[in-house]
Amino acid sequence: MFRGPEAARGYALNAMCYSFNSAANREAFRKDEEGYCARFGLDEAQRRAVANRDVTAMIEAGGNIYYLAKLAGIFGLNVQDVGAQQTGTSVEDFRARLLAQAKGH
Amino acid sequence: MGNVIGGLFTSHVPAIGNAITRGLQQDPYWKPFFDGFAPVRRWLGERRPDVTVVFYNDHGLNFFLDKLPTFAVGAAASYRHGDGGWGLPEFKAFEGAQQLSWHIINTLVENEFDITTCQEMLVDHGFVMPFELCWPGSDRPVKVVPIEINTVLHPLPSPKRCLALGRAVGRALESWAGDEKILVIGTGGLSHQLDGARAGFINKDYDNFCLDKIGPDPEALTRHSSLDIVELAGSQGIEILNWIAARGALGDGTVEVSRNYHIPISNTAAATLLLERPVGDRAVRPVRAGEPVLA
Repeated sequence: MFRGPEAARGYALNAMCYSFNSAANREAFRKDEEGYCARFGLDEAQRRAVANRDVTAMIEAGGNIYYLAKLAGIFGLNVQDVGAQQTGTSVEDFRARLLAQAKGH
Repeated sequence: MGNVIGGLFTSHVPAIGNAITRGLQQDPYWKPFFDGFAPVRRWLGERRPDVTVVFYNDHGLNFFLDKLPTFAVGAAASYRHGDGGWGLPEFKAFEGAQQLSWHIINTLVENEFDITTCQEMLVDHGFVMPFELCWPGSDRPVKVVPIEINTVLHPLPSPKRCLALGRAVGRALESWAGDEKILVIGTGGLSHQLDGARAGFINKDYDNFCLDKIGPDPEALTRHSSLDIVELAGSQGIEILNWIAARGALGDGTVEVSRNYHIPISNTAAATLLLERPVGDRAVRPVRAGEPVLA
């Protein structure tokens, strides 16, 4: 649940992700990932999560999925990729599970 | 109620825009969803709304956590679409129904809704998708009033409060002196969750409950709290709040015109529902020359 404490903890990370609404900022991040993270004041856990493309760790560090989705886009990850990563399954299995729910109860 | 002709409720998954751009409407994955808009477009062709009042949620395009309103009403002359940071094609700007916006704002504050007003407002897929589905590839014949609801940062407004907000907007539409035909739109949902160990969660039973009840008995949806709905519909399934508010603006006595429900679009159970206001018991303005007469 994304409430006050998470929003406070994740502020720098989410602010960085919000900046990716701009194509120029996305490009600046691609050119110098570490420098860009430093500019927004990400803490160690947040920087590591970004470097590892680890969405679960980003959420633990206060990231909100609406903002993180913009960062995931830079990494070429769509919501199925992100879903698979968080649930510890392959993207194929994650997709198959979604399709199976059409038939399920 | 004034000139409110109906309400359209639909999912707003960003991938829909991508599918439209790539012309995938007949693709087996997409067809079951896009087919749900055929009856909607037919109805729109007959009823021809002039203005849409759209209840939606921003996904971190216009609003950040620095200043995050619970309810925000647009009062701009035009609204630019932003791609949300994914490098997707941007759709052309929307013309605002500015005077109606201020009338809604005045009515809401009179009714003790302390809303935020926005004279500059970017709109993302949460707002844009229904337009691209309803009037694809053509000039949009409608002006817009965007009404944004926070679904990002808890605490969220309650379903009961969202229904009351919508009803207050409905009073504004009822007292509006203009003769425009108004379509109310609610976007988002239905059940889906993008984050955490429950990513990919879908709840068909709850979705069908919403589709069955929102027209004849919207109060049924307010018996759950926002936290209950996160549990029932997933952390992004809470976007049903936009539907609930839109339903409130529509007034009583709606008739279902069409319904479509399909799993999955992206990670989402996608739905489209069209409700109309009965024509018989209200003053219908004279039909314009060249306009089809309703059966």
